[in-house]
Amino acid sequence: MATTLQLGFIDYAILATYFALVLGVGFALRRSTKSSTDFFLSGRSIPAWVAGLAFLSANLGAQELIGMAASGAKYGISTSHFYWVGAIPAMVFVGIFMMPFYYGSRARSVPEYLRMRFDEKTRGFNAITFATMTVFSSGISMYAMGLLLGALLGWDFHISVLVSALIVMLYIFLGGLTSAIYNEVMQFFLIVAGFIPMVFLGLRDVGGWDGLSQRLAVTATQAGFAPGAYTHAWQYMGNSASNPMGVEWFGLAMGLAFVLSFGYWTTDFLVVQRAMAADSMSAARRTPLIAAFPKLMFPALVILPGMIAIALTTQAGSGFSLPMKPDGSLNYDMTIPMMLGHYFPSGLLGLGLTALMASFMSGMAGNVTAFNTVWTYDIYQAYIRRGASDQHYLWMGRMATIFGIALSVVTAYLTTQFNNIMDMLQLVFAFVNAPLFATFLLGMFWRRTTGHGAFTGLIAGTLAAAFHHGLTLPRGSGAGIKGGWLGGPLNIYPSEMAQNFWTAIWAWTVCFLVTIIVSLATRPRPDAELRGLVYSLTERPSSAGEKWYLRPTSLGIVVLAITLVLNIIFF
Amino acid sequence: MNLDIRLPIGMLFTIVGVMLSGYGVLSDSAIYQKSLGYNVNLVWGLVLLAFGIFMLLLGRRGTSSAKPAESTPEGRAIEQAEHQRGVEM
Repeated sequence: MATTLQLGFIDYAILATYFALVLGVGFALRRSTKSSTDFFLSGRSIPAWVAGLAFLSANLGAQELIGMAASGAKYGISTSHFYWVGAIPAMVFVGIFMMPFYYGSRARSVPEYLRMRFDEKTRGFNAITFATMTVFSSGISMYAMGLLLGALLGWDFHISVLVSALIVMLYIFLGGLTSAIYNEVMQFFLIVAGFIPMVFLGLRDVGGWDGLSQRLAVTATQAGFAPGAYTHAWQYMGNSASNPMGVEWFGLAMGLAFVLSFGYWTTDFLVVQRAMAADSMSAARRTPLIAAFPKLMFPALVILPGMIAIALTTQAGSGFSLPMKPDGSLNYDMTIPMMLGHYFPSGLLGLGLTALMASFMSGMAGNVTAFNTVWTYDIYQAYIRRGASDQHYLWMGRMATIFGIALSVVTAYLTTQFNNIMDMLQLVFAFVNAPLFATFLLGMFWRRTTGHGAFTGLIAGTLAAAFHHGLTLPRGSGAGIKGGWLGGPLNIYPSEMAQNFWTAIWAWTVCFLVTIIVSLATRPRPDAELRGLVYSLTERPSSAGEKWYLRPTSLGIVVLAITLVLNIIFF
Repeated sequence: MNLDIRLPIGMLFTIVGVMLSGYGVLSDSAIYQKSLGYNVNLVWGLVLLAFGIFMLLLGRRGTSSAKPAESTPEGRAIEQAEHQRGVEM
């Protein structure tokens, strides 16, 4: 960017108000955080709507906002598949079918559920990989924020990273998960409040949806696609060569929706923790369903700005253009910041930036609370110090908050030095995560699944992901971090996304099959031990007597019906 | 928990709403060329202010703030189950 944005007094004042309230919430909650259950699980006392918005917001880190807007600019409306094919069905599934086990088993974390259902080694594997992953992702998030604020406002990288880390650390240290959840709800409203005017002004500028479609038809033709390729989500999915994503419908439905989205929304403790903190089984089941309603609308807030940005960029004389990277390609990651800077005058600009920082902080806080819980319950209490007093574990949780954040800061700095190491780590995490959903699906719905089966399946699935990645390449890339590092390549995919989806499909399938085979060869646990942990041995939570709009099933049906209609409208 | 979440949300949006709409009244109209001529600070500031006041009112009425586990039948059943399993904290 040639010039950085100038902030006025009013913008700083809005930012300062937000910081003051965030810390205020932490201090106000300090007194009611007395036990480890208060600190790690909010004393299981969070009402459904609060847990629901936090469930959504913990995922609304800046990587999500920035990334989805970037994809909107790159791929157009097809990016909505991440929401309307991926996230929503998975959220409905976890609320209706899986929450009874998570909440009903009283597990305090996802790894702890794995220990109850399977055995110690499966828990250990999940706990250690998950804890490492949370530290690195919050570090990467800090790094991204430091870079972005530097490019946009000319702020110092060190100050951006250290100040935001300090604020997140303080409010979690004081109020634990409750503090994180309360702030996430506040951040949710801020993000919505900051983004709505941008979408409104952007749409006015391009002449509404019709004007946008006309402009994007030009963009699509220039890129060598049919005119509607950026404004129709499904029409061009028949063939991977005819849509900008380079994916065909089967890879999309299986890879993105079934494996990746279900894997993330149903097994990632970062989001599941918010539902576990709900005040009753019914509230826990409603948590992801309540989150699904605003999630449905998020494409309008994040993907649409991306589409507007690319339409304005390809049209000469529009007065707006995405910046270039040093290698001459468009820097899609700057979509949201550039749009904010383009349309917002001083005042609203402060609100927009506050929303952006809020999203960075909510993503970071989600990782930190998941880390301190898994560290304390699943690593420290399990392997380092058993049987200590509750006050000791509460103290450990607070310490874990401090060193978790300190480690993330170190990671953020490492990223500035060795960019490739981070790419590699993220790749390894993707390998570990891809098969997880198969383990949970079998564990929850097939009582014959054994601990040995689950553990071997997970390892085999992780290896399958690594092999598949190592033997294939996306078009136009050389062997290395993008794949092909094991030789070959045996297959060239039309895009990196297609390769990712298929890596996930392979990992899931191998994990699923190996788990079944090994389970059949090993001794199952007696039914009595599996009560409350497996579908066929658990009483269905009854929602009779609840008003229809409070029943998880009816909420789920409504959400899915709206999703279907949206898919048809933007077909 | 003794803090109703709607209070801090209400406070945040009330304060920001006042700041934005106030700035909208006082600021030079030339800055609104960026926002296609709309005085977005004034309009959006008033919307946020209304939302903030609404949240404050809800929070003050204090209907459904967080309840301790013992106060619902489900919560009690769960505490009981935890006790039996010996995983009580």
